[in-house]
Amino acid sequence: MALLWLRFALGCYFVGLIYAFVALTRTSDLFSRVAFHAASLGMVFHFVSLVEVFLSGQIVWASVHNSESLLAFFSMTFFMVIYAIYQTTSPGVVVFPVVFFLTFVAAVDEQPVLLTQFVSHKGWLIAHIILIFTGYAALVLSFGASLVYLLQERRLKAKKASSLISFLPALEVIDQIGYRSLLMGFPFMTLGLLTGSVVAVTTYGRVDFLDPKILLSLLMWAVYMVMVFTRWNSGWRGRRAAFLATFAFVAALAAWAANYFSTIHRFAAS
Amino acid sequence: MRFQLIGVNHKSAPLEVRERLAIPESRLPDTCRNLAAYPGIEEGMVISTCNRVEVVTHTTNGHADLRGFLHDHFHLKPEELDPHLYEFREKDAVRHLFRVASSLDSMVVGEAQILGQVKEAYATARAVGAVRGQLDQLFSRAFAVAKRVRTETAVGSSSVSIASVAVELAKKIFGNLHGKNVFIVGAGKMSELAARHLMAHGCASIFVANRTYDRAIGLAQKFNGQAIKFDDLYSTCDRADIVITSTGAPHAIFRREHGEQFLARRKNRPMFFIDIAVPRDVSTDMAKLDGIFAYDIDDLQQAVSSHVADRHKEAERAEAIIANEVERFEARLSTLDVVPTIVSLQDHLETIRQAEIDRVRGRLGQLTPEQEIAVEALTRGIINKVMHTPITTLKTAAKESEATTVVDVVRRLFNLRDKDKETAAQPVAKKDEIGTRR
Repeated sequence: MALLWLRFALGCYFVGLIYAFVALTRTSDLFSRVAFHAASLGMVFHFVSLVEVFLSGQIVWASVHNSESLLAFFSMTFFMVIYAIYQTTSPGVVVFPVVFFLTFVAAVDEQPVLLTQFVSHKGWLIAHIILIFTGYAALVLSFGASLVYLLQERRLKAKKASSLISFLPALEVIDQIGYRSLLMGFPFMTLGLLTGSVVAVTTYGRVDFLDPKILLSLLMWAVYMVMVFTRWNSGWRGRRAAFLATFAFVAALAAWAANYFSTIHRFAAS
Repeated sequence: MRFQLIGVNHKSAPLEVRERLAIPESRLPDTCRNLAAYPGIEEGMVISTCNRVEVVTHTTNGHADLRGFLHDHFHLKPEELDPHLYEFREKDAVRHLFRVASSLDSMVVGEAQILGQVKEAYATARAVGAVRGQLDQLFSRAFAVAKRVRTETAVGSSSVSIASVAVELAKKIFGNLHGKNVFIVGAGKMSELAARHLMAHGCASIFVANRTYDRAIGLAQKFNGQAIKFDDLYSTCDRADIVITSTGAPHAIFRREHGEQFLARRKNRPMFFIDIAVPRDVSTDMAKLDGIFAYDIDDLQQAVSSHVADRHKEAERAEAIIANEVERFEARLSTLDVVPTIVSLQDHLETIRQAEIDRVRGRLGQLTPEQEIAVEALTRGIINKVMHTPITTLKTAAKESEATTVVDVVRRLFNLRDKDKETAAQPVAKKDEIGTRR
């Protein structure tokens, strides 16, 4: 059943995906409203799906697909929070495709789950998953914001008349969205990594720094930190910030992909 | 209709030329007096705003030397000025004035300011007696037309000016303008206006720098702001989020190195430069810096005209109204043109009637009051019957191009030449009389 709900959600997110592509070329107030409502409905299905997974009794988040689904949900939650504060759907240009992709992968088929049986401290594992995913979601959003910032900056610099009537929010608002997501995400990411190492230590007795998963995670964290620092220290934004954000995002993807060949951070099914 | 109009506007003349023609408010009455006293000009007034200088006149023969007036008054050589001038006569002058008053000729089509400016100019000229009969009618009509355009079309509805476009752009960059600081470099009308708009949208404080420090203080006081010595410009400019610059400097005063300095000190928070100076105050390589958004006057105008494009349909409707109003005004004026002829024709025939009655009175002997009335009615009736066709013809002809020919024929037939002048003095009042006499 959970999978069915997830597929409904996927259908709704698909509208968001289309919106993301359309929004890049033209402005439609109606369509952004439609996309927003579709995405909200998608979240409802998604939530139901997650609850069902949860009620199935196991800590099943650790399955690759369920965790992808969870990450997508967190990203959407962030998106909604931003919407509540700034009344803008424009981060959706990036968030929707990412969420769609994650949900799509998660909704393809059912997977057995089992990492948990190796883990002795389930509390730490849950904390790790929630923290790190919140961090990921914030990163996705911040990445989205930095791309939208670039887009808006281009428009304003091009001095085309359309810059006045563009659907994008004000440059400084986009900047704030990105910066706040970044600031919020960083402690989550850091704590997420710390709890992860606690889990690793309690499970394996040590942290293997040469493991690709851990290396890439550290790399991602380092880029994340550089982003926060350059922003805080010298106010990097625009092109330079977008480069860093892209780098961090790619590092995050790599760290995620490392699940498939890491020896210690292995999901049962992979 | 012997209207003549000459002038320059933002399309015909660069800022330098317009600046040299601009007349300060204090000197406007004198200029109007001089204009009205100029040979060949009966009435005259001057509209002087930052985008246009127009001289509107009613002349004695329709061929007054308005260029000569401008050359004399502004001490300008013909070759400096003439290429930028446009000149309209009669119907075209009326149309142009209607378009100006209705804000169709403005840099920002539909902005409401121009009507107020024209009204002020009119009041000034009227106060010194430079505007009387004909121009008075022309301007009253122009104001009515402007009102009609405003109420019947949407041209003025989302009215934008350079200043409000600047505000919109600032909002696109900063979102909320609350707490933002504005820096005015080079005190001028336009920057003052832009600053006023920005303050109205919540900007917090204002700095003013000007080559003449006193002017900076003067302007700063107006906004409750802070005057900055021009030498301190570069060290303080980064405190502002929005810089409105309009100095008369011959080359850019903000160059790339300044921009880099500002951004470093501001931790790369963006800055918005509204550069309304010609030549520009912000160099192009500075404008390329990330975080510097510089809009020069042409960019602003482009942004403005996009709004105009949106309202293209409305502008077309407004033009149709203007065309229609010009026809109406012309018809009305030419009706007024035939009025003196009609009046003198009536006077002429009335004199004949009286003379004839007096002549036969002796032969008729004593008349009873009834008979007196009957004679009066008889003679009057004959005259009215005879007059009916010529008057109708004159009035119909007035609306067409043959008016002058018909008027001429009637005058010659009845030998009316001499009386025209005295009746022309008060055409409106006489017109009412015609109605009662018929």
